[in-house]
Amino acid sequence: MILATDPSLAIIRIGVLSLQGGVEEHLQMLRALPAVEVRTFTRPSELAGLDAVILPGGESTAIGKLAVENGLMDALRSRIIEGMPVWGTCAGMILLAREIRNDKRRHLAVMDITVDRNGYGAQLESFVSKIPIDGIEGGPFPLVFIRAPRILVVGPGVRVMASLNGEPIACVQDAMVATAFHPELSGDTRFHRWFVELARTSNRG
Amino acid sequence: MDDRTKVNRDLAKMLKGGVIMDVVDAEQAKIAEAAGAVAVMALERVPADIRKAGGVARMSDPKLIKEIQAAVSIPVMAKARIGHFLEARVLEALGVDYIDESEVLTPADDKYHIEKSSFKVPFVCGARNLGEALRRIGEGAAMIRTKGEAGTGDIVEAVKHLRTVHEEIRDVVNAPKEELMTIAKNMGAPYELILEVHELGRLPVVNFSAGGVATPADAAFMMALGAEGVFVGSGIFKSEDPARRAAAIVKAVTYWNDYAVVAEVSEGLGEAMRGIDVRGTEDAAHYAERGV
Repeated sequence: MILATDPSLAIIRIGVLSLQGGVEEHLQMLRALPAVEVRTFTRPSELAGLDAVILPGGESTAIGKLAVENGLMDALRSRIIEGMPVWGTCAGMILLAREIRNDKRRHLAVMDITVDRNGYGAQLESFVSKIPIDGIEGGPFPLVFIRAPRILVVGPGVRVMASLNGEPIACVQDAMVATAFHPELSGDTRFHRWFVELARTSNRG
Repeated sequence: MDDRTKVNRDLAKMLKGGVIMDVVDAEQAKIAEAAGAVAVMALERVPADIRKAGGVARMSDPKLIKEIQAAVSIPVMAKARIGHFLEARVLEALGVDYIDESEVLTPADDKYHIEKSSFKVPFVCGARNLGEALRRIGEGAAMIRTKGEAGTGDIVEAVKHLRTVHEEIRDVVNAPKEELMTIAKNMGAPYELILEVHELGRLPVVNFSAGGVATPADAAFMMALGAEGVFVGSGIFKSEDPARRAAAIVKAVTYWNDYAVVAEVSEGLGEAMRGIDVRGTEDAAHYAERGV
């Protein structure tokens, strides 16, 4: 007799970095998905039990400083280089970017993208839109841009999932995902569902 | 909800778990950013100095606001006087990220607040109770800060008003629907917003605590009481070592429920702002009673 051991039904443990920012919004989205154990983390020791992580929106200067001070930045970088799936939204994307054109700071610097902080301008330039995203089924996806960073350059190993006015706004490199916008503020769980699937596939392989 | 209201309320969500610091110039703004502030609040004088010197407190000089905007990459907020929609239009024209229609400045209108929903820029407003918070949200505020007594370094009023808001939210949540109209009438709050609180179980916008925070333990205390973040005014730049105290308050907000961290960051910070016991002040000196 063969037991049903479909790995897609196994519980996956996703951690949301909770040093500062829009943490609760990601947690709510993840809680709506099946077979996901949702956690928050702030310290290196809490990474051990996680299969994948989300770096939320917030202020990258504040989050970056706190993560360096408790050793989380180095621990997180090692896990990501080892292949742990990660998704950064807005400030989270700045943490992932290898290059930040208008800032001297570098954070995880693991993803081959160059970004501009507040690249779309100050709060008066924040906006919403709706476009199809490659890999997200079911029609156009609602986009929320809040003082968003701009993706200026993507490296050869980076696949662009969506562009707005000819500029990339979502991209993926191996198991690293970056979005300039906030799917957690969209009221639409499809992007989170897609990331969880990517994380399951990566952990299997 | 229209798109503008949404993105304005959403910016406040990105500030959660953070500290917003009062600054009067670019130099202070840089210290705040380096310490891990999630935003800075530009104002002419910090509340402790307004208290001491008296006179009329107004919006900052636009030159100083521009210098602050050029100096930091975090959001720049700025205070306008209650009801002074012209100061608010000036701040909007300067491209600030948030306007604080603030009782800490001298009120410009003794009856009315700014009609905030006609602006593109978001507003944060103070409140002592749920009715006041919902009136401000009804006028278009995208964020609330429960009022403490600014410039005193005394936390008691911040605690009182945050507890009051939460107590009244519990009352609205637990009340049967047929009582909600009377509750709205008694609180002087828009009925639709009372209904929203009844359904959400919380304010429809982010709520920070403001006024009277002087130490890391004060900041952690407000987080423990349910604030989603903290504004610090005079507490930082009126203390002996602003850079260290600012960084310590940021950490105390992040790790508010890890008391060993709060202890560690509280150590050897030098003298806190001297402060004024609120119970020893005249009613006329209570900024929280302005524009309610």
